[in-house]
Amino acid sequence: MNASASRLSLWLLLTPFLLWIVLLVLVPHLQMLRVSFQVRESWDTLAWGLEQYQNFFSESYYWRTFVRTGVMSLFTTFLTLLIAFPIAWYIARLARGRSKGILFLACLIPFWASELVRTYGWMILLRESGLFSSWLQALGWVDGPVEMLYNDVAVIIGLVYNGLLFMVVPLVTTLDGMDENLVEAGYDLGGGHATVLREVVIPWAMPGIVSGCIVVFMLTLGSYLTPILMGGKDSAWFTEQIFTQFITRFNWEQGAALGVLLLVLSSLMVWLGLKLTGQSLRKVMG
Amino acid sequence: MATESDLSCNGLIRRFGKTAAVDHISLDVPAGTFFSILGPSGCGKTTLLRLLAGFDKPDEGDIFIRGQRMNDVPPNKRPVNMVFQHLALFPTMTVGDNIGYGLKRRKVPAAERRKRIARVLEQVGLPGLEQRNPQELSGGQRQRVALARCLVLEPTLLLLDEPLGALDLKLREQMKVELKHLQKQFGTTFVYITHDQSEAMVMSDQVAVMKNGRFEQVAPPEELYREPATPFVAGFVGDNNRLSGEVVTLADNMADIRLDNGEVVRGRLAANGLSSGDRAELYVRPESLMFTGEALKDGFCAMQAKVLTTLFDGANSRVEAENGGQPVFARLPQDGTAPRLTTGAEIRLAWDPKLARVYGAGQS
Amino acid sequence: MIRSVPRSRLFDALYLGYLVAFFVYLALPLLVTAVFAFNDSPFPSLPWQGFTLDWYLADGSAGRTGLFHDDSLLGALWVSTKIAFWVTLASVALGCVNAVLFERLQFRGKEFLYLLMLLPLVIPGVILGVSILVFYSGTANEVSRLWGIELDVFRPGMPLVVMGQVTFITTLATLVIGARLRKFDRQLEEAALNLGATPLVAWFTVTLPWLLPSILGAAAMAFLMSFENFNTTVMLTGSDTPLTVALFNRLREGSTPVLNAVALFLMVVSALLALFTLRQKGSG
Repeated sequence: MNASASRLSLWLLLTPFLLWIVLLVLVPHLQMLRVSFQVRESWDTLAWGLEQYQNFFSESYYWRTFVRTGVMSLFTTFLTLLIAFPIAWYIARLARGRSKGILFLACLIPFWASELVRTYGWMILLRESGLFSSWLQALGWVDGPVEMLYNDVAVIIGLVYNGLLFMVVPLVTTLDGMDENLVEAGYDLGGGHATVLREVVIPWAMPGIVSGCIVVFMLTLGSYLTPILMGGKDSAWFTEQIFTQFITRFNWEQGAALGVLLLVLSSLMVWLGLKLTGQSLRKVMG
Repeated sequence: MATESDLSCNGLIRRFGKTAAVDHISLDVPAGTFFSILGPSGCGKTTLLRLLAGFDKPDEGDIFIRGQRMNDVPPNKRPVNMVFQHLALFPTMTVGDNIGYGLKRRKVPAAERRKRIARVLEQVGLPGLEQRNPQELSGGQRQRVALARCLVLEPTLLLLDEPLGALDLKLREQMKVELKHLQKQFGTTFVYITHDQSEAMVMSDQVAVMKNGRFEQVAPPEELYREPATPFVAGFVGDNNRLSGEVVTLADNMADIRLDNGEVVRGRLAANGLSSGDRAELYVRPESLMFTGEALKDGFCAMQAKVLTTLFDGANSRVEAENGGQPVFARLPQDGTAPRLTTGAEIRLAWDPKLARVYGAGQS
Repeated sequence: MIRSVPRSRLFDALYLGYLVAFFVYLALPLLVTAVFAFNDSPFPSLPWQGFTLDWYLADGSAGRTGLFHDDSLLGALWVSTKIAFWVTLASVALGCVNAVLFERLQFRGKEFLYLLMLLPLVIPGVILGVSILVFYSGTANEVSRLWGIELDVFRPGMPLVVMGQVTFITTLATLVIGARLRKFDRQLEEAALNLGATPLVAWFTVTLPWLLPSILGAAAMAFLMSFENFNTTVMLTGSDTPLTVALFNRLREGSTPVLNAVALFLMVVSALLALFTLRQKGSG
C-alpha cells in the first residue's frame, strides 16, 4: 500500500472514533464541568462561581452521603472479591470437563436479568410479606412478620449480587491461565497454604483482581436502583442526589457539580487502585 | 537471456534501517527445478521470499519471472504462489473452498472449479476430502492441502517458506520425499527456503547457502558437500571438524598445515592467496576420518588424538576426541571395523588429503 | 488447593457447602421472581394460591390485566426494542471500525487514544447520562433562547437515550471484536493476496468471516445491555418511556405479579440470546 492510501484509510477509520469519543464523551463531560462552575442569578443570567461546590461542603447531608457511598462501595467491592475468589478458584482449578463450563455459565445467570429484575427478586425475598419472613414464621422461629428490607445489610446483599458476575469472570480468566506447576513448586519448596496463596496465587491473579475490583466498584458507586429500592430512609446514595437535582429540582448547576464530584471520586479510586497494585488500565481492561 | 529461466533476480537489496537483510542477491532458477535457499534463522531468506511474492519491495535490483519484470506488480497479480510457514489455510472455509479460492478469484466457473479441485486433491493423495474442515486434518494432510491450493492454479513459480517446520521428525522425513515427487510430477519450479540442511540436500536440484543477506555458494547438493566454497558452507552443510594451524608448504593445490601441537597434516586448497606462514583452517569431515594402527594408506595423512568419550547413536555413532585442545569428531562405523575405545586412549586418525579443505584463517 | 495437593475431607466438605450456598444465592431471587409470575394471587408473595396464566393473558375484564394486554408495558417494550436496535447497529459498527483502527494500524498517539477509548468503562452510567443531558439539552435550550430554533432531537427522548447508551456500549463492542481480531493470523490475508485476491476481496472473504462470531456476540451483548440499562437511560428519557423505566415507575407504586411476568419474559429472551451467542461461538 502506498503512503497516501494508508493515510486515507487511517483517516477513514479515525474519523468515526473521534466523532464518538469527542461528541459523546469529551465534550459533554467538559460541558458538565463548565456548568458546575456556573451560578444562576436569575432565570437568564449566569455568573461564574464556586457556589455549587460550597453548597456541597456546607450541607452536611451532601458530603455525608458522598462519604457513605464511597465507603460502602469499597466495602461491597472487598466483600464481592472475598466471596468470588473461592468460586473462581474452584471453576478455574478444581472443576473439570463439563462441570467447569456449566459452573461458569451458572455464574452468568444473573446477567440474564436486568438490575431492576434482580433487585425486585430480592425485594420479594426480603420484605415483611416476603418469602424469608414467611419461612421463618412457618418454622416457628419468629412470631410475627420480619422486615429484612430497607436497611444497609439488604443494600449490600443486593449490591454484591449485582457485582459478582463482573468479579468472577476476570478472576476465572486469569486463574485459568496460571500454570499449576507454579503452585506445586510453591508447595515443593516448602510453602504452606497461606504462603502459596499470598506469594504465588495472588500476584498471578492481580490483573484479574484489579480489573474485577475496578468494574465492581464503578458499578456499585454508580448504582441507583438497588440502594433506592432496597435501602431504608437514612441509607441515601449519592446518585440519588444527582438524580434529584436534575429531574426533580431542575437545578442543573448543582447536579453537574455533584456529578463532577462523583466522577472525581471514581477516577481517583481507579487511579489509586492501579497505582497501588502496579497495573495499567490497558492491561486490566483491554 | 541465454537459458529459459523461470525466475531471475539481479542485485536485489532490501534494507531495514542500517542493515541490509537482503544484500546484493542475484539468482537464476531454470524452469522445472527445485531450488532451495538454505541459511540459519535471521539470514534474510524470509525477506527474500517476501520480495519474490510481492509482500515487500526491494530497495534496489530487479525481479524477473519468465522474463517479465515484477517489481511493480502487486502480490495478487504475480504468477507466483506460496506455501506459508504455518500454511495459512483459511479456518472459515472447507478444504474444497480453500483450494477453490484462487480459482474463484480467476472467475473459473463452478463446475470447472469442482472438477479441478477433485483432480488436484487426487494428485496430492487426498481424494474426496473437499467437505472437511482444515482443522480436522492431520499435519501432513494440511500440508498437502496447502500445496494443492497453490498447485491448482498452475503457477510459474511455487514459493515454500519452511513448510515442514511444524511437523514431527518422522512425518518430515516422509514429506521430504513426497514433496520431491510432487515437484517432479507437476513440473513446477519450486523455490524452497529452510534452515534444515537435510531438507535442502534431499530435495533440491540447486541449493543457495545464505548468510547475512548474501549467497555464500550456489551449487547442487553434492558439490556443496564435497567442495564447500567458504568455511561457513563447510561448517553449515554436514558435520565438519575444524583444525587451525599454520601453512608450511603449498604445492599442486595442496597445502601442508602445522597444527598447534606440531603435527603436520595435509588438505586441498579451497582458496587462493594463501602463502606459507599464514594462519589457516583445515576442514575434514568426521566420516572422512579413519582409525589406523601404524600402517598408513598411500598418500594419506594422520594425526594423534586423545579419546574423550564415545557417543553411541546407531549409524551416526561418533567418538569425541581432542588434538592439542581442538575437539575432533570421528564417525564410528558400526560394521565391526571400529576399535574399542576407552576414555584417555591415544588414537591415530587418518584421512585422504583430497577430502580435506583448507581455508585462510578469518576468511569466514 | 489444587488437585495434586492433598486436602482434608473436612475442607472438601466445607468447600462444597460454600459452592452450593453460592449458587443458591445466585439463583434464588430469579427463581422466586419467575415462580410468582404464575401465582393466582394479586400480590407476589406467599401463600401459593395455585397456578395461573392470568398475569400474561388476562384481558382486564376480571380486574386483572396480563402483560399481553397491558398497552403501556407493551408500548414500553416496543420503545426499548427500537432503542436497542439502533444502539446495537451503531455500537457494533463503531466497534468494528475501532477494532481495526487499534489492532491493525500504527499511528502516533495510539496508546493515548486507546486509553480514551477505555474511558467510558470507568465513568459511572449516571454521569454519562447527566453529561449528555447537560450538553445536548443545554445546547438545545440555548439555541431556542437565542434564535428561537427548536432542536427537538437534543431534548430528552429516544435519540438522546440511544446516544447515551452508544457511549459505553461501543467500548464493550470494541473490546470484544478487537480481542478476536488480535487472534487473526495476518498470513491468512497474505495468502489470499497470493492466491489472487485484491486487498478488499481478501478482507471480505477471509477477515470478515473470521470476525463474524465476535460481531454477532457483540451485537447480542449490545442488545442486552441496551435493553437492561437503567442508569444512563433514566436521565435521558422523554415522554416515550423504555421498559426498565416503566417497570421502575410501576414498582414504586407497588408490586404486582405482572412485574414478575415481565421479568420472566425478559429473562427468557436474554437466555435465548445468550444461547444463540454460545452456539455461534461453538460453531465458529
